[in-house]
Amino acid sequence: MTRDIVLEARNLSKEVSSPEGPLTIVRNVSFTVTQGESIALVGPSGAGKSTLLALLAGLDLPTAGEVVLAGQALGALNEDGRARLRAERVGFVFQSFHLLPSLTAVENVMLPLELAGRDDARQAAEGMLERVGLAARARHYPRQLSGGEQQRVALARASVGHPTVLFADEPTGNLDTATGERIAQLLFELNRGSDTTLVLVTHEAALAARCGRVLSMDAGALTRDVGTAAAHSHA
Amino acid sequence: MRSLTLALRALRREWRSGELAVLWLSLSIAVAALSGVGFLVDRIGRAVQLQASEVLAADLRVESDAPIAADEQSRAQQLGLTTARLSMTLSAIFNGDANQLANVRAVSAGYPLRGQLTVADRPFAAGTITRAIPAPGEVWPDSRVAAALGAGLGSELSVGSRSLRVTNILISRPDQSSTFVEFASALLINDADLASTRLIQPGSRIRYVLLLSGNSAQLDAFRRWHQSQEGRHERVEDVADASPQIGDASKRAARFLALASLVAVLLCAVAIAVSARSYVRRHLDAVALMKTLGASRRLVLAVNLWQLLLLAAVASVLGAAAGWLTQLWLVRVLQGLLRADLPPAGAWPALVGFIIALAVLAGFALPSLLQLTRVPALRVLRRDAGPPALGFLAAGAPVLLAIAGVVYGALGEVRLSLWFLLGLAAAVLALGVAGAALVRAAARVRGSAGVAWRYGIANLARRRTESITQIVAFGLGIMLLLALAILRDDLVTDWRASLPADVPNYFFVNIPSDLRSDFEHELQAQGARLTRMLPMIRGRLLAINDRPLSGLHFPGMRGRGFADREQNLTWAEELGDDNRIVEGHWWSAADQGKPLVSLAVEYQESMGLKLGDRLRFDVGGETYDVTVASFRKVKWDSFRPNFFVMFPPGLLDASAGTYMTSAYLEPTSGAMAQLVHRFPGVSIFNVGDLLAQIRAVVDKAVTAVQTVFLFTLLAGLTLLLAAVQASREERLYETAILRVLGARRSMILSSVLAEFALLGAVAGLLAASGASLGGAWLAHALDLKYRFNAGLWIVGVLGAVLVVGVAGWISTRSVVRVAPRSVLY
Repeated sequence: MTRDIVLEARNLSKEVSSPEGPLTIVRNVSFTVTQGESIALVGPSGAGKSTLLALLAGLDLPTAGEVVLAGQALGALNEDGRARLRAERVGFVFQSFHLLPSLTAVENVMLPLELAGRDDARQAAEGMLERVGLAARARHYPRQLSGGEQQRVALARASVGHPTVLFADEPTGNLDTATGERIAQLLFELNRGSDTTLVLVTHEAALAARCGRVLSMDAGALTRDVGTAAAHSHA
Repeated sequence: MRSLTLALRALRREWRSGELAVLWLSLSIAVAALSGVGFLVDRIGRAVQLQASEVLAADLRVESDAPIAADEQSRAQQLGLTTARLSMTLSAIFNGDANQLANVRAVSAGYPLRGQLTVADRPFAAGTITRAIPAPGEVWPDSRVAAALGAGLGSELSVGSRSLRVTNILISRPDQSSTFVEFASALLINDADLASTRLIQPGSRIRYVLLLSGNSAQLDAFRRWHQSQEGRHERVEDVADASPQIGDASKRAARFLALASLVAVLLCAVAIAVSARSYVRRHLDAVALMKTLGASRRLVLAVNLWQLLLLAAVASVLGAAAGWLTQLWLVRVLQGLLRADLPPAGAWPALVGFIIALAVLAGFALPSLLQLTRVPALRVLRRDAGPPALGFLAAGAPVLLAIAGVVYGALGEVRLSLWFLLGLAAAVLALGVAGAALVRAAARVRGSAGVAWRYGIANLARRRTESITQIVAFGLGIMLLLALAILRDDLVTDWRASLPADVPNYFFVNIPSDLRSDFEHELQAQGARLTRMLPMIRGRLLAINDRPLSGLHFPGMRGRGFADREQNLTWAEELGDDNRIVEGHWWSAADQGKPLVSLAVEYQESMGLKLGDRLRFDVGGETYDVTVASFRKVKWDSFRPNFFVMFPPGLLDASAGTYMTSAYLEPTSGAMAQLVHRFPGVSIFNVGDLLAQIRAVVDKAVTAVQTVFLFTLLAGLTLLLAAVQASREERLYETAILRVLGARRSMILSSVLAEFALLGAVAGLLAASGASLGGAWLAHALDLKYRFNAGLWIVGVLGAVLVVGVAGWISTRSVVRVAPRSVLY
């Protein structure tokens, strides 16, 4: 069965200036991701994983190469164009959750829908919170929630708009093993349930192993691109 | 509209979570202080103006020796001004055979428009206030006339060809002391009776006056209309023309009040800027997240703009209400101190407060807000990714515009505003440069201090930009307050010094030149304190630079009056310490007899003259061509003989007329009777009543100045609160880390104290230097004598260390109490 390509990196490079001269963080990276795939970006600290994620999501621009996300070349879009594309097609989960401290759980989940101008934001957000098991905590502020609960809210926020691609940056990095495991489970459930493409950056081998494909990075370059056992069970 | 909905929602949510409280609070306090000062300035300013206007019995007078043209009155009424008529002439009044020369004043209903008449049933009794005027057929002689004529209630006095019945004795009227003419004994009759007295005959000297009162916009409109009319014989006079002494005091008070409220506005503006900066800093993450979630720059800008606008609107309304309540309370407290009831506050300051708050908010917060829209979405992954630094133009232009607008709004003079702005810019620049140098120097010496000091100083150096910003903000605030404090002291001292208890209370005019020294000796023998004696010669200006006056147009309102009438001229060798040369040179011994003239600036301005202009005067039939050698600023409130036009000695000596002088004499001493007896030809004027009136104006102005200064201090405290609050969140985090690392609370508090005390010391030091310079300049702008003030440095530096240190300490005390866990997890 052929699936549509939803994300493509073509000869991506990112160079920044440093006191010691130009520094290449991402070096000539190319790969494609089809719809419904789950990809893990792994590698040691400083390998360039998070920078690559930022480039793929259009949060930053490459110095060379091109990213095509949901059929749109990101380089051809201005900042607002990329923002619109994210609003329509992309979800995000971060290591440090990034919930707005002044909003309640349900308001945090409503935010992307409100930005997209949806009228049913509250209803959809409440439904999503129920799916992540936090219906009872909807009126709580982030500071009143545990780390795991905060990440579940973040997950609900990332999924509520039914994104084409869900990016996750070390989603379990700030959580203990048991909580991390529950979050991972939830992440893959949501991914399977809505045919969302998942791109996640992780240190954890166990989490990587649950993805269909693992891309290994070192010193900014892609060193390995292998399918996993999970890929077969997934497909 | 979507942005408005989003903004409303965000505002509601942030409000609920307490996020906005600080910004909202500082905005509200700023507006409250602002409109509070505005309300108070408005009310006290109007009270001072009213008190001053009493001298004229009106706000404006239109005067002429010929009947006032009908359209003057109809135009005034069209503009909404209240009018009353007054006609004056000198006439002998008879009560049977007894007669007395008196100033007959025919008045129409409504007189006096400002101030009150008091009447009694016998001469020299305590009067009661009346709102009435003599009815047709009635006459109200004043105590002197009644006593001289032996008249009482019911007496019939002959005024011209009419017989009028005395129904009241006039005890006082507000306009009894504005000019010399007004000192003569007087009686009031009804305007309707004037024609039947037949005092108006061809050749009789009658002065016609149209009295006007209203608000300043109406009065200004009338003045403009009057000025635009060609060939008018009528002259418009306000209190500054009629009584320069009172004009001076109330003008200076008004300027000071404007400056004080301006300083309050600027302090609040800086507080708003500081709050807006911290608002933006706190929202960096939220905006980055919104962008990651797909918000466009425009949407981010619109949402934040709406939020700030809504916030400003609510804060303005509440702040204005609080300001209004505060002034209400202040007025209540001040009621006993002020002699007249303060007129109610207008709605104008509330509106102005709102507009200024919006303008200041836009000017000071907009650059930060624009920066907010440029936060890269990447910040969600990398905390160090911030918005690009703003260009100088983008950051500076709105601030400059806002400040320029506020300054011009308060001072209302382009030149003064420009100087103020230049001074302000220089102060900010100097504070910034000096602050940066001092922060760097502090970082160098920190190795030698204890751990708390070391950490405190390290904090100053690490938050370099913030530290310098705070030094500039505190420094500017303290500087403005100090400069204002000096000015207030100078103003009050100057006023009080200019009106000591022994200020001359008698003027002596028409002293024959051959009796001059006899008269002086007699005065001294009576224990009088003499001022200078100057010759008084009548003369008329004929031409300027050989052009006859009839064809000339004069820039000032009084120009035509100076041109058309005879002037009192004098000559003198000494300038006198109540005169100051502002342009040109006073004559030396070598200039004796040279054809030169020195003019008062009022004369210069209304005639549009410059140094070197040639003036032709007619003095006693002889013409003199003289060159303008200098312009003088005259302190009219010195109550010494002063003249608009002065010549050097040796030029007019031949045409010497009479002499005039002033002196202080105990009012109760019998000296006056003796003087009158020995020198029957000398005219004596008692200016005691006028002095009492001026003292009332000055007292009111002093109270106003002190009160408004208090408000400005409050504005300064608001700034302090905002600045300290701005770094609270960062401190919360740092303190938590320090405590995790084992720092004791006392050590953290000491380091905070060290940091703020140092900040205060630097700001105070710079502020005291700036205030000395600024005070000197401001004193110059307000025509005051500048006095060096060592106390300023002590108060500036110690006060700043204490206040800033304690404020920082108090606000951080609560930070230290927060458990580290709740901050770090």
